[in-house]
Amino acid sequence: MSTLLRLATAGSVDDGKSTLVGRLLYDSKSVLADQFDAVERVSRDRGLTSADLALLTDGLRSEREQGITIDVAYRYFATAHRTFILADCPGHVQYTRNTVTGASTADVVVLLVDVRKGLQEQTRRHLAVASLLRVPHVVVVVNKIDLVDYEQATYARVSEEVTAAARSLGMPDVQTLPVSALEGDNVVTRSQHTPWYDGPSLLELLEGLSSKGDPDAEPLRFPVQLVIRPQSAADERFRDYRGYAGQVASGVVRVGDPIAVLPSGRSTTVVGIDQAGQELDEAFAPQSVTLRLADDIDISRGDLIAGAAEPPELTQDVDGTIAWLADHALRPGAKVLLKHGTRTVQALVRTISGRLDLDATELRPADTLDLNDIGHVKLRLAAPIPAEPYVRARSTGAFLLIDAHDGTTLAAGMVGDALLATATV
Amino acid sequence: MTLTPSRELTQLQWLESESIHIIREVAAEFERPVILFSGGKDSVVMLHLVVKAFWPAKVPFAVLHVDTGHNFPEVLRFRDDTVERLGLRLEVASVQDYIDDGRLRERADGTRNPLQTQPLLDAIAEHRFDAVFGGGRRDEEKARAKERVFSLRDEFGQWDPRNQRPELWNLYNGRHTPGQHVRVFPLSNWTELDIWQYIGAEKIELPPLYYAHDREVVERDGMLLAVGPYSPAREGETVTTRRVRYRTVGDMSCTGAVDSSASTVEDVIAEVAATRITERGATRADDRISEAAMEDRKKEGYF
Repeated sequence: MSTLLRLATAGSVDDGKSTLVGRLLYDSKSVLADQFDAVERVSRDRGLTSADLALLTDGLRSEREQGITIDVAYRYFATAHRTFILADCPGHVQYTRNTVTGASTADVVVLLVDVRKGLQEQTRRHLAVASLLRVPHVVVVVNKIDLVDYEQATYARVSEEVTAAARSLGMPDVQTLPVSALEGDNVVTRSQHTPWYDGPSLLELLEGLSSKGDPDAEPLRFPVQLVIRPQSAADERFRDYRGYAGQVASGVVRVGDPIAVLPSGRSTTVVGIDQAGQELDEAFAPQSVTLRLADDIDISRGDLIAGAAEPPELTQDVDGTIAWLADHALRPGAKVLLKHGTRTVQALVRTISGRLDLDATELRPADTLDLNDIGHVKLRLAAPIPAEPYVRARSTGAFLLIDAHDGTTLAAGMVGDALLATATV
Repeated sequence: MTLTPSRELTQLQWLESESIHIIREVAAEFERPVILFSGGKDSVVMLHLVVKAFWPAKVPFAVLHVDTGHNFPEVLRFRDDTVERLGLRLEVASVQDYIDDGRLRERADGTRNPLQTQPLLDAIAEHRFDAVFGGGRRDEEKARAKERVFSLRDEFGQWDPRNQRPELWNLYNGRHTPGQHVRVFPLSNWTELDIWQYIGAEKIELPPLYYAHDREVVERDGMLLAVGPYSPAREGETVTTRRVRYRTVGDMSCTGAVDSSASTVEDVIAEVAATRITERGATRADDRISEAAMEDRKKEGYF
């Protein structure tokens, strides 16, 4: 049974993302015959001489009409070593929110750059998104290397340019490689056209990346989703059953562990860990389990169970970095909902303390945040939450801002000063 | 499934964990969820996950089946047995009723798949279901590949693929206004092979037609269609008995069988791992109509 790696593609429009994904799927033999036949047929209808691999992922009618990617397409492929979930994200600035969607769950961002164009504004934006979201790995594919006759000097210049931009955003070790997605150079197999490149192909690189953090090194965080109380169970044994269902967000929980419940602050110990009828001795992130506790204390959805040794602090004042994803601008004084873990509370946007200037990669003063802006805000909450800095805890430092009236998701939020943290790394 | 001692989940354990998390979020955040259940393998796996998510409590949702009237009898029997075994409340939205009283008309091509949309939407409105679990998987089809796990539907049941909510981390946003509802796809990240490996690992029972059996079929448009009361052989077609199984189960008139000798889960896993044709490409006539057939149906409120 293999393990999973989640990747997201990013990059400016026309950098060839969908073509790369198509190539990755095709050369790893993950495209089935009828899918390829359909692509060949449509390509032929459009007067193309060879199959346009981008058609494998651009699935919406309007995407095919416009030849662009509008929303994330999820694709699945496997090699002998690994299973991959791939989020093929759009390049247009207008659809950055969809790229944020794809990157938020990724272990790796594969960022494409057209070797002829070098670093674009969208490249910077996507690097900033990957940096902010703390995506564990970033791989930069310098694409269309065939169009500059596989010149090492051109590749080296673009590679250095992107690496420097990544460094300024707090990502010291991004990997770059020369690729032609169209011709298949260095995608699945190493290319003979780039003898000066002695690194792995993209797929080899992806197969070797580590996908998970180390649960043993992280504190236990377990947001309670719901209380399971089968009062009417036919089985007598479960009449008094009371369990707290959730997914371990970080760390490890063992039977006998002392825990604290937030926000009440009460403490007790774990007496049982159930997984659908099977009793476990321990559970770790990201397992979905049900915990039984020694004392009958008041716990409900929205509470957080944490290791007693290092519970997070509660706060009603959250400084956060947000990626604003709504069409209308955010202004100070806005009242919104904040979803953190399994808890949703009202929030007031007290101040907008700055907006990221992508060229200078620094925070500039701002009164509003517009669609796709990344900025820093101060929030006052109607009730305290156990907020932890996102840079330390990706799973418990994340939040959503939601429109209370129509339910729209307004922003991806990260507790703490993620921007300054990146600038000072 | 048994756990490995290492602190990394296998892909099946990871998928199971994600699905159970999604299912529990729905139970916590919605008033009246319902599970779409057809007796097909994906909905059977989904229901299995729902049972696991709430153990030892009972499943807190009703079950809805949109019955085209052309279903395989053994699948309907399986549906009823399952519902009874788990003590669930089954609602059936019947396409046949709509045809009988004139609200829907039979299509010229005889397929009833697109006719399911109206009874589905009516049932959702009538029962005021606010969350509707579907067994759709993103690997099935290119429009499905674009859909969120929590997918908002407007008051007409429509999906707007160009304007989907961002879906961040595992923080699902189920907010909606009155009249809207949310389709939830807990199996979004599963592939056909994952489903079969899980069925094997968890020893999940399926309707028998998923395994090789002898059946009278005709060849039509490159597919093997069962000969039965709703799908008679047409003039000039030759009826033959072949060893087949079904990769998907739907309306008898447009769901094709594939030649197969796979009679156990292990055989099927080996067959699926080696196949060169997608599940829907091999078995669904209705998706061959156009490049965007599924997208068009989904925009109107289809599964």
